[in-house]
Amino acid sequence: MLKAATLLAVLIAGWAQSAAAADAQYARSLAATCFACHGTDGRSVNSVPPSLAGQNKDYLLRQLQEFRDGKRPATIMHQHAKGYTPEQLDLIAGYFASVTPGRATPAPAAR
Amino acid sequence: MTLSRREFMKWASVSAGVTAVTGCAATGGASAGRVVVVGGGYGGATAAKFVKLWAPDIDVTLVEPNQHFISCPISNLVLGGNAQMGDITFSYDGLRQRGINVIRDSAVAIDAAKRQVRLAGGDSLSYDRVIVSPGIEFMSEQIPALKNADAQNRILHAWKAGAQTVALRKQLESMRDGGVYVLQIPLAPYRCPPGPYERVCQVASYFRKAKPKSKIIVLDSNPDITSKKGLFLAAWNGMYKGMIEYRPNSEIADVDVKGMTIKLQFDNVRGDVLNVVPAQRAADIAVKSGLITANNRWCGVDWLTCESTAVKGVHVLGDSTLSGPGMPKSGSMANQHAKVCAAAVVALINGRPVNADPMMMNTCYSFVSGDSAMHVASVHRYDAAQKTIAPVKGAGGVSTAASSAEATYAWGWARNIWAEALV
Repeated sequence: MLKAATLLAVLIAGWAQSAAAADAQYARSLAATCFACHGTDGRSVNSVPPSLAGQNKDYLLRQLQEFRDGKRPATIMHQHAKGYTPEQLDLIAGYFASVTPGRATPAPAAR
Repeated sequence: MTLSRREFMKWASVSAGVTAVTGCAATGGASAGRVVVVGGGYGGATAAKFVKLWAPDIDVTLVEPNQHFISCPISNLVLGGNAQMGDITFSYDGLRQRGINVIRDSAVAIDAAKRQVRLAGGDSLSYDRVIVSPGIEFMSEQIPALKNADAQNRILHAWKAGAQTVALRKQLESMRDGGVYVLQIPLAPYRCPPGPYERVCQVASYFRKAKPKSKIIVLDSNPDITSKKGLFLAAWNGMYKGMIEYRPNSEIADVDVKGMTIKLQFDNVRGDVLNVVPAQRAADIAVKSGLITANNRWCGVDWLTCESTAVKGVHVLGDSTLSGPGMPKSGSMANQHAKVCAAAVVALINGRPVNADPMMMNTCYSFVSGDSAMHVASVHRYDAAQKTIAPVKGAGGVSTAASSAEATYAWGWARNIWAEALV
């Protein structure tokens, strides 16, 4: 009985771990839609547009919400922010907050 | 064959029976898996980078015939004299430094049964998954006079950035002041929906400075401007007033190369520089590999993974795909295909489930002059019921007006998406 319970606990822990890993990968895939403009993992070349890597999560989420709600003026971000659910915006902000800050190296010129 | 320390550790752990737990699906012996990417443009280079970034144990080989990456986005600015070829030409060294094997060769066949890509140079590459991002080929055969190579060298498309960009710029430079530049646009879908209209702005920007008596005639096969219409018309009727004549529903029948005339169904249009962009289809490797599923032109894919609907184990990205609803054939979109595909390929090789809810985002900037730009944006989400990826209603849109602020963001977009693909 004890052995069965232990096995079950191990299985549940394993399932929880893989579910957490799947969540982390889902957050990464959502954030990856932003990389094209803001740089891989939110590390932007020359910080234009701004780097997102390592920013405070609450700050990032508030900006996304304000873009979405038209409270912060923007050229394009209001149009992008409206494409994601509140849960997705939360995951995106969480992902960029979890990444080490930095700047990207520009693409190397042809030699 | 020598065994690196990492490969040995992997082998050792496999021998110790760890495979059953991790579900590792290695078939090639040493590495976690082998991915071959065909085509090093916006789709392929980005996919190669992200497979390696997200799964360093997977061997990634990128096959690309060109020595350099030359960007189509920003190439219209080269025609307008507002950027140089050096601004849009990059090396693949950043991907090599990442541990990606970049091979300068062309893929000539994919044997899905043997899981091998055959190269023009004679070698064959084995794969667990192959990602094909070959771009477009021109259907020049639809324009009888363009069948011969001499005609193709005189009547340029410049719709793949590179030698033709340089050659078209030279034609514009040597045109007399008071001459006529004619741009012929194919029916949608074609690569880069706003691209032709941006090109008109860039040529106009050059003429206004260097040849103010010159004119532009736009022969559009489409019934109307296909992208950012109001914003382009604002530029054409504003800073370029009187320079541009736009003719919708102007499908090309043929070209008289000697007489420098585009033949339409009911009319002939003479010009000093003729720029004909033929209709397009997925490139030859897609045809040869049986990947074409729609209208003899495009490759159908499962948007959860970008895996071909025709051939298992083969993923297709970028302009050669049968686009989802509201999805442009753009470098920006290819970048997004690449990351959905890379995540799926890594998951499939590692025996994990793929993301059931992928998202994509498109951002296309167009420059109306050297220092003013505007955008079109959209967000796309997987629709399980329709089994496609479709625009999210209420999201996306266009600029209120072209501006210098957006020109700064457009260059930021370019520098970041180049780094995303190549570093």
